[in-house]
Amino acid sequence: MNRQKIWRLLAVLLALVVVAAGCGNDDDEVQEIQDVSLQLQWVPQSQFAGFFAARDLGFYEDVGLNVTIIDGGLDIVPATVLDSGGADFAISWVPRGLVPREEGLNITNIAQVFQRSGTLQVSFVDAGITGPADLEGKLVGNWGFGNEFELLAGLVSVGLDPQSDVTLVQQDFNMTALVNGDVDAAQAMIYNEYAQVLETINPDTGELFQPEDFSVIDWNDVGTAMLQDAIWADADKLETDDNYRDIAVRFVEASLRGWIHCRDNFQQCVDIVVAASPPFGGPAHQAWMMNEINALIWPSPGGVGIMDQALYDQTIDVATSQGILQAPPDAGAFRTDIAEEAVANLEAAGVDVYGNDFARRTVEVKEGGN
Amino acid sequence: MPKIDTMAETDDPLVREHRLKQQAAHEERRDAVVRIVRQTVTFVLFMALLAGLYTGYKAFGQAIDDRQHEWAVVGSVLPRTDDLNMPPVSEIFGQFGETPGGRDQIYVKILFDEALFTLREAFAGFMVGLVIGMAIALALAQWRRLEQGLLPYVIASQTIPLIAIAPIIVIWGRKNFDVFPWEWQDWMSVSIIATYLTFFPVAVNGLRGLQSPRPENQELMESYAANWLQTLWRLRLPASLPYLFAALKIAATASIVGAIVGEISAGVEGGLGRRILREAFNYTTGPDRLFASVLGAAVLGIFVFLVVTGVERVVVGNQNRESTT
Repeated sequence: MNRQKIWRLLAVLLALVVVAAGCGNDDDEVQEIQDVSLQLQWVPQSQFAGFFAARDLGFYEDVGLNVTIIDGGLDIVPATVLDSGGADFAISWVPRGLVPREEGLNITNIAQVFQRSGTLQVSFVDAGITGPADLEGKLVGNWGFGNEFELLAGLVSVGLDPQSDVTLVQQDFNMTALVNGDVDAAQAMIYNEYAQVLETINPDTGELFQPEDFSVIDWNDVGTAMLQDAIWADADKLETDDNYRDIAVRFVEASLRGWIHCRDNFQQCVDIVVAASPPFGGPAHQAWMMNEINALIWPSPGGVGIMDQALYDQTIDVATSQGILQAPPDAGAFRTDIAEEAVANLEAAGVDVYGNDFARRTVEVKEGGN
Repeated sequence: MPKIDTMAETDDPLVREHRLKQQAAHEERRDAVVRIVRQTVTFVLFMALLAGLYTGYKAFGQAIDDRQHEWAVVGSVLPRTDDLNMPPVSEIFGQFGETPGGRDQIYVKILFDEALFTLREAFAGFMVGLVIGMAIALALAQWRRLEQGLLPYVIASQTIPLIAIAPIIVIWGRKNFDVFPWEWQDWMSVSIIATYLTFFPVAVNGLRGLQSPRPENQELMESYAANWLQTLWRLRLPASLPYLFAALKIAATASIVGAIVGEISAGVEGGLGRRILREAFNYTTGPDRLFASVLGAAVLGIFVFLVVTGVERVVVGNQNRESTT
């Protein structure tokens, strides 16, 4: 066998190896779609529109993820599901993630989607309750289960003792107690129960209740607001599993892209939510919710999904002063590197991650949210 | 139905006996029809009575204007009577024919589909509970010492609240139950919750039933040199059936309750549990729908009860059932 032939043989072999490797790469790319699950903290509604939009519009697919969105339930604690491996990521309010974390769950907040709190205390305007101080001696509805922290801190902030100066009343997750007169001020999410009472017929007028009929205490204004919906991940796994961290960046990026899309394509996102599963409250209710949720996210001064340190500190202050947390959490309670990477990718793609010129729309209120 | 119009005289005793049997069967069927009609009429009358009481109480409360009298029993101790707290019966039943916003089906059809979903969860749970309950009953009947050791745990299992075990089962289901050849879905976790409520009455009553044959019957089987399986099949199981069916009626309705509660706990979409949760949330704007959906759940419970009763009639027979219960 002469030298030339050997070289030729080697060249052919090399070509085969390259082709084989190329095929292998192709296969890898096809298989690279990874299955990921997201545990919601409640049933499908516009509160989670960004995630449904990212799923249905293929944003997750674009970054190689196949995301299963899991409904929440009455007894499902997203942090626990996440920690026990029942889901890869979870949506949870910040205090409801931090409390189990203090008890030993190793989870961390990787993207702070909502930049403000959506919790209100709503009363009829003739009750004259315009601030937390006016709640003294009143029947004050709240849902319990950790939904009452902002209210309690708000009472303390004006020198009221929640145990003796007001009567706390356990309230259902609707506004019947307020309409019935069983409470003087009812807890309400601006995107949910507040809309619900506006979707109710006022028995006195035969028309829908009007915003002028109510006065509203907004904990963002009182200064006891706590951060709400954030994306949480398994902290241990982020440290030890590079693949999981890589998935986390892509997941956050695509999710935030979903939220940006919902800011700019309001009606489409409402339709996606309504189509995802029959929501609680009809399409008009979901439209109201989408609008208010957008207002909780936008503008995002530090970029969408990036933690607002001042609000985080306020959340921790309220939580520790109320004894909800025994001590301020360590630095691992949240990390911004993943969201920052995701936001950088989004900015590089030329999308507006701040939403500085976001403005609320006017949404038509319909009876029963239909 | 065979015709019995050829009543011509005959001396053939076989023909006569055959005719008598036909006659008896015919009468039995007629009696059954009469009984069902009578029960249905009673049920409807009773429902009408309840609706009448509800409406009467509501009208009374409205007439005395219950909101104005802090001292009145009506509206303070007893429920308030306005439409938010007591929607009119006509509106509750009217809901069944309405089309909720965003849907293209009438409410009763939506409820029917969701009831089927819940029924599937409950049925799967019920069947597994039946098997597990009977296995426990057999084991306890066979080894008396086991009864003393195990029964307290069986009873203790029923004191654990469902809301404590529901999330555990759901998380286990997602993570640990991939040993099954099929893909584990959350509704199957709900079935396990139904199983949890189902196996207990079956185990307890099944045990009593298996122990119910009198000693002389047992001795008779022994004198035939019947083995354990034969004794079980020919004596103990038949003797346990009346007890078992009493348990199955409880278990069937409990499995529906378990499925509904499980759906609400675990956050499973598609059944009556989610429906009731949804209507509870929407109560302020549509109280009549919550009433209607709860009626739907009640109908499902009655349905499974009737199915078990029907199976009992077929398996145990009418007289045997009445003489032993």
